[in-house]
Amino acid sequence: MRYLHIENARLIDPSQNLDEVCDIYVAGGRIATIGHKPASGEIEQSINAQGQWLVPGFIDLGAHLADPGYPQKGTIASETRAACAGGFTHVCALPDSKPVADSSAVIQQVLEKAAQAGYASVLPLGAVTQGLAGEQLANMYGLREAGCVALSNARQPFKDSYVLRRVMEYAATYDIPLFLQAEDVSLSDGGCMHEGPVATRMGLSGIPATAESIALAQIILLAEQTGARIHISQVSCARSLQMLSQARQKGLNISADTPLANLVYTDAAVTGYNSQFNVRPPLRSDADRQALLAAVNNGELAISSNHRPHEIAAKKAPFADAEAGMSMFDFFVPLALQLVSSNELSLAALIRAVSNQPAQLLGLEQALKEGSWFNAVLLDPTASRLADESSMHSKGTNSPLIGSRLEGAVSAVFADGRRVF
Amino acid sequence: MNTDPSQVQLTANGRLKHFLTTEGLSRELLTEILDTADSFISTQERAVKKVPLLRGKTVVNLFFENSTRTRSTFELAAKRLSADILNLDIARSATSKGETLMDTLWNLEAMYSDMFVVRHADSGAAHFIAEQVTPNVAIINAGDGRHAHPTQAMLDMLTIRRHKASIEGKVVAIVGDILHSRVARSQIYALNTLGAAEVRVIGPGTLLPKDTEALGCKAFYRMEDGLKDCDVIIMLRLQKERMQNALLPSEGEFFKLYGLTEQKLAIARPDAIVMHPGPINRGVEIESAVADGMQSVILNQVSYGIAVRMAVMSMAMSGQQQEKNELLAAGQNDQEEA
Repeated sequence: MRYLHIENARLIDPSQNLDEVCDIYVAGGRIATIGHKPASGEIEQSINAQGQWLVPGFIDLGAHLADPGYPQKGTIASETRAACAGGFTHVCALPDSKPVADSSAVIQQVLEKAAQAGYASVLPLGAVTQGLAGEQLANMYGLREAGCVALSNARQPFKDSYVLRRVMEYAATYDIPLFLQAEDVSLSDGGCMHEGPVATRMGLSGIPATAESIALAQIILLAEQTGARIHISQVSCARSLQMLSQARQKGLNISADTPLANLVYTDAAVTGYNSQFNVRPPLRSDADRQALLAAVNNGELAISSNHRPHEIAAKKAPFADAEAGMSMFDFFVPLALQLVSSNELSLAALIRAVSNQPAQLLGLEQALKEGSWFNAVLLDPTASRLADESSMHSKGTNSPLIGSRLEGAVSAVFADGRRVF
Repeated sequence: MNTDPSQVQLTANGRLKHFLTTEGLSRELLTEILDTADSFISTQERAVKKVPLLRGKTVVNLFFENSTRTRSTFELAAKRLSADILNLDIARSATSKGETLMDTLWNLEAMYSDMFVVRHADSGAAHFIAEQVTPNVAIINAGDGRHAHPTQAMLDMLTIRRHKASIEGKVVAIVGDILHSRVARSQIYALNTLGAAEVRVIGPGTLLPKDTEALGCKAFYRMEDGLKDCDVIIMLRLQKERMQNALLPSEGEFFKLYGLTEQKLAIARPDAIVMHPGPINRGVEIESAVADGMQSVILNQVSYGIAVRMAVMSMAMSGQQQEKNELLAAGQNDQEEA
């Protein structure tokens, strides 16, 4: 056996109650030993990771890869490479591509492109309805057979409660997980930011918190009725969290995630009309942000990237006219670590939220334990750099962090033992 | 890029170089605008009305939304300052053919304009343009979405000051569709900065923005409560489309509850003045007897509009000039040091 040997790294994996500085040996794509040398074999490569952290690779529960259909924004190759730069070994790709990912042909194409690129693995989220139009069921079973890990509505509305009920019933029949984004579009229509004092001052149309909570209530009630396996993507409001924990108390198995941006920023960021802060779900109030942080710390909420790359022109417009979304992958680690250094998030909660919980939800093996596939990311918490467009791997440079100093970076990413970054 | 709109409009030493919003401007600066406008009112009464302050400068009226009245007062103001003026009716031309706002701006910059007067349906549009165009082009906001209409607010301040001697200590009520009103937002900031005792907004819950108090005013649902002790009543225009959006049941019900009648006017102070940014919907927000009555100063507002726009345009242009001179001087110093 020939081993990859990483020495002196701080190994952190909350799922294994592991947090100690020790060596790790990898062979054949799997973790051979932790803390001691394997009985036999030689070391092929040794990495001295003094002062660095080795944690399970991140699994993103929702990103827009813009491929197929929007080569000016991103390609599978550019965005999965950017995902690696953000510590991700796996990325759930939302189905709102062009054409929409509602057929096995599109799913195959996405998977082939991802395999060819060889960076982060893509876990496709198929469209739950044809063309995401919210009316007719997509070939849900066929999509799962083609490789979809779950099906999603990608923030598109269902025509009515009837369609949503049938979607859930059909999904429950074959135990297909649904990743749903809760938004009542009649309440959010025309809005471009959180409805609150800042929107009032800026004269921008608001998206009320009830746009999310009303749609969430509908999903929860139908989930109770149908028994479908539901994950709520991109929760943004405190009220939604209360509803989710009530539903769990009643015995419903329902998980959820929040976009990292909603943990870092609030609607106050929109003052100044910086179109980089035009995102969906919108950045909410600080009370919402605090509630989201508390839920992540409690282990009730996972963190997704909600990465959405755009070309420059898409953002060079007055705030409401700019396309929504933020390019998150490249600066994901420094942005998340910012929450750890400000003591708003514990390091263990962060790793649980970006790795352990998504792994459990998707049934992936992503742990730092002997015998497991080696899917891990090596982080340098002290690395410091200036965020600039030229250093980004994503095609979309739409980040409000451009020009600011970033602390913490990814030094290496391993997927099934292979170094992909 | 992430700068507060109120700061983008000032030079390093606090002079006006764009006029985007009344929010965040100092009392001194707002008073200077009013004083300058006052001085222009006297020139407007002369036989020769032109002053040469903007001679040789090119002003472009960039109206992405239709507006005859505001556009013509800006045009007249520019002409009376001796500027060359170009009217671009973009609402019916370029952007509707698919050209982006940025493309339009680059084209206009190539024409070496000195000032854009901008009206746009998007909140923050004037601010966006101020950040995107080359330096030394002054941007005057002639209305952006629901955000601001600062020149209208300043002409209202001038009206109050000329008819009530001062804004300090006055109780002012703004009535009607506050939610969609850029005028109301700009008025509230200016009134508070200039020392009004209380700014009130009166309207139904559907037409008041959420968290109204964030603007610095007190909200009232009933005219009977809101008009008590008022020195100034500002009526806003009600757009017909509000009825279609389930915001109001009918014009009739709105008039019954919020229309300014002589009876409701009697609740305010006896010497209260009545204002309206125009155009008036008689019998919807105001009855004719009040609009044409003794306490109405609606027509005076229109004539002050030109003077206020002249004031703002000349001040912004001189701020731009100062900044340019400072940059040139700094450049020369650098060369000498080298």
